[in-house]
Amino acid sequence: MSGHTAPSLLLNDEQKMLSKTAHEFIRDHAPASRIRTFRDSKDETGFSRELWSEMADLGWLGLQIPEQYDGLGLGFFDLCVVLEQSGRELMPEPFVSTLLLGTQALLLGGTEAQKEALLPGIAAGETLVTVGYEESGSHGDASKVSMAARKSVDGFELSGEKMQVLDGHLAGRIIVSAATSESGYTLFLLDPAQSGVTITRQSRIDGLNAAIVRLESVSVTGEAIVGELDCGGPLLQLVFDRAAVGLSAQMLGASEQAFADTIEYIKEREQFGVPIGSFQALQHRAVSVYTELALTRSVVLAAARAIDEVPDDVPRLASLAKAMASETFMHAAQEAIQMHGGIGVTDEHDIGFYIKRAQATYMTFGKPSEHRQRWAELHGY
Amino acid sequence: MSDLEAFRTEVRAWVHENAPESLRGTSGSGPFEGYWGGSKCEETDPDLLRWRDLGIEKGWTAPSWPREYGGGGLTHAQEEIIHAEMKTIGVPRPVAGQGLAMFGPVLLEYGNDAQRAQHLPGIARGEVRWCQGYSEPNAGSDLANLQLKAERDGDEFVLNGQKIWTSHANLSDWICCLTRTDPNAPKKQMGISVMLADLNTPGITVRRIDLISGYSPFCETFFDNVRVPVDQLVGTENEGWTIAKAILGHERSSIGRSIARQPGSAQREVLARARKHLGAADGAVPDPLLRDELASLGMREEAFHLTLARIQQSAASGAPGPEGSITKIVGTELKQKRFELGMKVAGTQGLGWEGPGFDDDDLEYTRDWLRSRASTIEGGSSEIQRNIISKRVLGLPEGKK
Repeated sequence: MSGHTAPSLLLNDEQKMLSKTAHEFIRDHAPASRIRTFRDSKDETGFSRELWSEMADLGWLGLQIPEQYDGLGLGFFDLCVVLEQSGRELMPEPFVSTLLLGTQALLLGGTEAQKEALLPGIAAGETLVTVGYEESGSHGDASKVSMAARKSVDGFELSGEKMQVLDGHLAGRIIVSAATSESGYTLFLLDPAQSGVTITRQSRIDGLNAAIVRLESVSVTGEAIVGELDCGGPLLQLVFDRAAVGLSAQMLGASEQAFADTIEYIKEREQFGVPIGSFQALQHRAVSVYTELALTRSVVLAAARAIDEVPDDVPRLASLAKAMASETFMHAAQEAIQMHGGIGVTDEHDIGFYIKRAQATYMTFGKPSEHRQRWAELHGY
Repeated sequence: MSDLEAFRTEVRAWVHENAPESLRGTSGSGPFEGYWGGSKCEETDPDLLRWRDLGIEKGWTAPSWPREYGGGGLTHAQEEIIHAEMKTIGVPRPVAGQGLAMFGPVLLEYGNDAQRAQHLPGIARGEVRWCQGYSEPNAGSDLANLQLKAERDGDEFVLNGQKIWTSHANLSDWICCLTRTDPNAPKKQMGISVMLADLNTPGITVRRIDLISGYSPFCETFFDNVRVPVDQLVGTENEGWTIAKAILGHERSSIGRSIARQPGSAQREVLARARKHLGAADGAVPDPLLRDELASLGMREEAFHLTLARIQQSAASGAPGPEGSITKIVGTELKQKRFELGMKVAGTQGLGWEGPGFDDDDLEYTRDWLRSRASTIEGGSSEIQRNIISKRVLGLPEGKK
């Protein structure tokens, strides 16, 4: 907002209604304790297919997908309204893999045929599309691509391994980055049922589902390319910016919920004959979290708005949102555990799931220090 | 287009047409920046004076005050829009100061018609400058402990005692005082009354206080048998604490906003100093740790401005949220971080107090850094602000302080 009027940071009446409906639906149907249930039962899916379908019926999965592909044709801002609420209960459903990675990659770089084939299924809750970019040793730097795509007679042959591919265990399509030249890499759309693809499920602290995707001489044609040949880097950057903003909206919701639970707890928990929330040592720390939440809400809303209305401002604001949301979520989760005391470090209590998710989201789509570095570069220093 | 959006269009056009070029981009348009006025004012900048006159003519120095008192007769939402549009091009409000930000609103809420008619027009026109008289040597954060005695004598109160941190009392015309009218009240919050006093009244002495920065924006004000007519009592005698809290609320939100300046200016300022002192002409700041700190500052600054915008937007839509309570804490701490980092990049060149070997900009910056240490204390310390948010926004139970 250097010099010009700030975009609207308020929700309109429809968005307020959407936020309220999503909040109530998720609170009633998807409590954070499900993370423990899925983990302990070694559930093969790791999330609820039924819930995902219900949310599709409510129109939430296709909010931002254009009407021609059976979506509602609204904005990314609207999607973020639902994402924030989904974050409150740490929902393990495939929001990040499918709505943030897969959908955005298709919207930004997909061919007409790819979009027609996949977006309606995504909006209907039937198809999951994810993106694999992490490799062993890449440390979150998506530009380090060892997976190779060798030219063949009628296309390419892909070999290599992607790690921690979100919802890779169930995705109907997986988009992977593979080196196609000395200088560049390309995004390819794969059907995991193809021969040469091996999927190995992984288990993470945060309850999101992930898999190792191993490719051995997997053949694809040129029609599998998403975006342009050798131009996977810039496209993936655009996808990551959007994904970082959407993830920040989830982190905001998660932080709000962890904070609300904590405030409720310290109002009730008594020691020395009084509620521990009457102690100034806790009160001032609680206000610090509250302050960070208020600031984080502003930057997340601004970044989400920019995706719809001010594309030039997206890199700056995406980095701002991701850096702040990461720090705020971690801070809120750490304080939540500390203020819950002993019960906070037990597996029995749900609050511990918040710090696990905070750690996972902190490391996803760029750590805060990387975003600050990028912010500095974008401001010419 | 809603009525408010139509109004915004109208305001934008007027501001663009009338704001003097020389003032554009110079201000965060906070309530304490620009022309403070008063009978002792020596302002000569013709653009500032012309802008003042245009604002007065339009009723936009106090947009939401009734027209009969020199205001614009507009809604608070419309007032927010006027201030936002001035901020957008960086011009100061036509008249600034504590009268507009604090005492006018308090008189509108708690004063009587005679007091409003007497005082508001002079404030709205920038003719009468006001200062505050709250704190005392033994009543800082514990403000309710105040002791300035006011004893009734016929149609007058007789004031004896001392106020401290009376900002710019030496440049002001009137002071708004919290006084002790009932020393025997069962609670210290009871027995307090709000009174307005002309600083020219015999028995008032003002002394400036030198700060660590060498500047003296604050004063001590002494009262020795000062006679104040009873018609200058605001609200009900002995029930002034409620009004005091309202004044402090206005002060809090005003300070937060007044600190805002222009978006990006803190980052630009520190970057310029880094380049000047570290010799990174126009490329990357050579020290990666300093670069990271500067990016943190820049991000926080942007987050603060976006939050102010969000607060302003929700106020303009008629549904202000509780976020307003954080602006004082965040704004003042941001200001301190800015100066800390600006001092850090200057190294030993930031150590000058005066004289040779130091350039004027660095000398002034160092003084401003020292001045900034007061910002988390004045107007209610950050700790007091956190107590207030804890109780009123988070609803946490009150405990032993």
